[in-house]
Amino acid sequence: MTETSSGAPTRFADGARSPHLARRRRKQKLLQAFGVAGLGVATLMLSILIGSLVVSGYKAFTQTHVTLDVFIDPQEVTAERLPRGGFDDVLARSLAEQLADLDASDRATLRQATSILSNGAQFQLRDAVVADPALIGTSVTITVPASDPFDQLNKGLVDRDTPEGQRRVSDVQIAWFDQLAAQGAVSKPFNWALFFNADSRFPEQAGLWGAIVGSFWALLTCFVISFPLGIGAAIYLEEFAPKSRLSDFIEVNINNLAAVPSVVFGLLALAVFIGWFGMPRSAPVVGGLTLALMTMPTIIIATRAALKAVPPSIREAALGVGASRQQVVFDHVLPLAMPGILTGTIIGLAQALGETAPLLLIGMNAFITSAASTPFDSATALPTQIFIWADSPERGFVSRTSAAILVLLGFLVLMNGLAIFLRSRLERRW
Amino acid sequence: MTALAFAILLLTACAGYAFNRRAAMALQTNGVRLHSIPWFHGLFSGLTILIPVLVLVLAWLVFQSPLIDRAVMAGLPDAETSGLASGERQLLLAEIKSIAGGRVFGQPEAWKLAAAERMTFLQQAATLGMVVFTLAGSGALLLHARRKVSPDFRARQGAERLVQGLMIFCSVVAIFTTIGIIAALLFETIKFFRMVPLTDFLFGVNWEPQIPIREDQVAAEGAFGWIPVILGTLVITVVALIVAIPVGLISAIYLNEFAPRPVRQAAKPLLEILAGVPTVVYGFFAILVVAPAIRSAGQSIGLDVAPNTALAAGGVMGIMLIPFISSFADDAMSAVPHALRDGALALGATRAEMMLGVVFPSAIPGIVGGVLLAVSRAIGETMIVVMAAGLIASLTLNPLDSVTTVTVQIVTLLIGDTSFDNPKTLAAFALGMMLFLVTLAINVFALRIVRKYREAYD
Repeated sequence: MTETSSGAPTRFADGARSPHLARRRRKQKLLQAFGVAGLGVATLMLSILIGSLVVSGYKAFTQTHVTLDVFIDPQEVTAERLPRGGFDDVLARSLAEQLADLDASDRATLRQATSILSNGAQFQLRDAVVADPALIGTSVTITVPASDPFDQLNKGLVDRDTPEGQRRVSDVQIAWFDQLAAQGAVSKPFNWALFFNADSRFPEQAGLWGAIVGSFWALLTCFVISFPLGIGAAIYLEEFAPKSRLSDFIEVNINNLAAVPSVVFGLLALAVFIGWFGMPRSAPVVGGLTLALMTMPTIIIATRAALKAVPPSIREAALGVGASRQQVVFDHVLPLAMPGILTGTIIGLAQALGETAPLLLIGMNAFITSAASTPFDSATALPTQIFIWADSPERGFVSRTSAAILVLLGFLVLMNGLAIFLRSRLERRW
Repeated sequence: MTALAFAILLLTACAGYAFNRRAAMALQTNGVRLHSIPWFHGLFSGLTILIPVLVLVLAWLVFQSPLIDRAVMAGLPDAETSGLASGERQLLLAEIKSIAGGRVFGQPEAWKLAAAERMTFLQQAATLGMVVFTLAGSGALLLHARRKVSPDFRARQGAERLVQGLMIFCSVVAIFTTIGIIAALLFETIKFFRMVPLTDFLFGVNWEPQIPIREDQVAAEGAFGWIPVILGTLVITVVALIVAIPVGLISAIYLNEFAPRPVRQAAKPLLEILAGVPTVVYGFFAILVVAPAIRSAGQSIGLDVAPNTALAAGGVMGIMLIPFISSFADDAMSAVPHALRDGALALGATRAEMMLGVVFPSAIPGIVGGVLLAVSRAIGETMIVVMAAGLIASLTLNPLDSVTTVTVQIVTLLIGDTSFDNPKTLAAFALGMMLFLVTLAINVFALRIVRKYREAYD
């Protein structure tokens, strides 16, 4: 290289001298601005998604209750006829006594008044009396859920200014409800029923317990099947499989299975498990089997990555002191790869928890009012319960659907958090 | 009773392990040199008992109830069962089952009660048989394995061969699953095409899967042309891609080159959250927020927007695909060799010119592969469209209208009562077959592109 110019070097990077360069710089700024905007759109959408769910769902975490003094009339309820008895009449009469301007002799008016209370109120009273028949003839104070329209009214979701014909509560009913509220009989405690009740046609009684139990059984089945199968397959393919047509074919198969639409797995389950093998419909065990087939590729891929990350020196050392190839893998490589495998498994299970379409096809969207006690009973799962509630016409189910989604997202955050914790705590870097 | 069988099996397997291990240890303490350590003698015995008996018991469980059902149905009086359609036969079977299960409604006919009794008897006999079989089988294998213990016995090789077999079985499950999918779809699809001609399905422009349930019912004949359904799927997919591709690619370019470290660290988990949200949540989001918003926006500028417009379902699906496309594009651009970037910068290109003029074009094959995978995701996506798209198949390309998709039709045709003998149910399997083939073709093609391209730079 020789020096060819003796004067001051031309400053190519000086924007002021080159309008051309300034334009190119502006272009770069524009591209960056677009990039920020793109990320902004994604962030905005995520916040709208979460925000709208929280806004519409937080109200379902409380439930309006009405506290009543109920005189259990021995003429309506007798110890011999339990658990039958005129509990609805008993309730209606006590309600009528608590309201000032109510003509208790007119049955239509009375029915209008009792619609303030949930349909489940009489059963709550009945259960209390069946548990302790000595209550007959005495006065008890019970707190029962209000029915859905009044729950909405109490939470301010019903606009009192709309014309009477366009809302589900009449002016008289509103007046009665306000009277109850003025007496201090209306309360709004935390809605434990949302977690510990099973499904119901009435929004104020509907809860997620059945769905949570169903999801638990399905995930347990999924784990019990896909975890050993996935690890076995991954170990074989990563450590033992000879490079052959068969192992190539298996690999292609696993990669493709990971990308098959979930609804197709539902078709497989419906035709093979239910149609050919005669397994029960709506059962979490069938759901779990289907989810296991979908989760297996995820576990296999995660396990192979974890096995690959264990350095060859470990294997060589073990082989060097005389271990067999299987002893090397099972006694040394696998324990070291376990944190990675568990992380991948939990992430796979979290995906399975949110999976809906295959469960719909095997009938896990049935209306079931009790929690499954074994994985062979009919049940719903959390995502299918969300689907059922989203389809229900009652107003109260809108906020309950959002609340159910928040519960589902809560479980997902828990599982992913556990996976991240495991990864950061246990995984060794070599 | 079934649990008893499994308990017996498990106990014998454990006993086999303990016996053989102890026997081997006894030999060792007598000063004999063993070929394999005692632990392997135990493992060999345990696996020898567990694997074959478990396989047979599971097969027994799978085939027990269909065989009993068949036996019971065959044993019914001919006068009652002749001329019943298969749906009615299933109903009858369900009734007999519920009687056998102790849930009797009303006063069933005597022959039904007899059949239920027969079913109970067969079930009890089968379960008892299974327990006896488990006991005998595992006992025999226990003795067989115990007699093998000797200093020269190669227990390690035996046990490892069994473990190897187990692992091969695990790997082959993936193949079985694929075969299962293909067999299930093919079987039902062939049945469907026996009722509806293939050409009607492929080229028909009417999709009205309502069929008369009774002979005398006035209802549409039922039309099974999939053109409007696939058209609706395409409309929604295109809307989704129009949302997802620009946003996904531009954020990938930004994250890959320009984003400061903290932004990158914040954006990655954000995109992972977007990717991890279950699709049923996106579906509810579409009907709760997006569809009303689009509708009122349309009304304010005087457009007539259907309540379940394809824009809402497609748009939300686009949001779902953003992280998918962006992470694929990011990976593809990271795989471009640094020499290309350095070369471009050395020639005086700005970083934007380097990204748009050099890195992005070099990454195109990988990006196309990612986009294709996104297309296959969009076609196969179910919950968003089931909740937010329409049910009626209409021949339209207008995204403001309500359209239906392949997956929506599969789900709506199969929810509720399903018997495998009418074209309505079977049509779902035919659609599923098409869905499987199309997504499989796209996936294989896309994965090939991605892999080939990655190898080219490695």
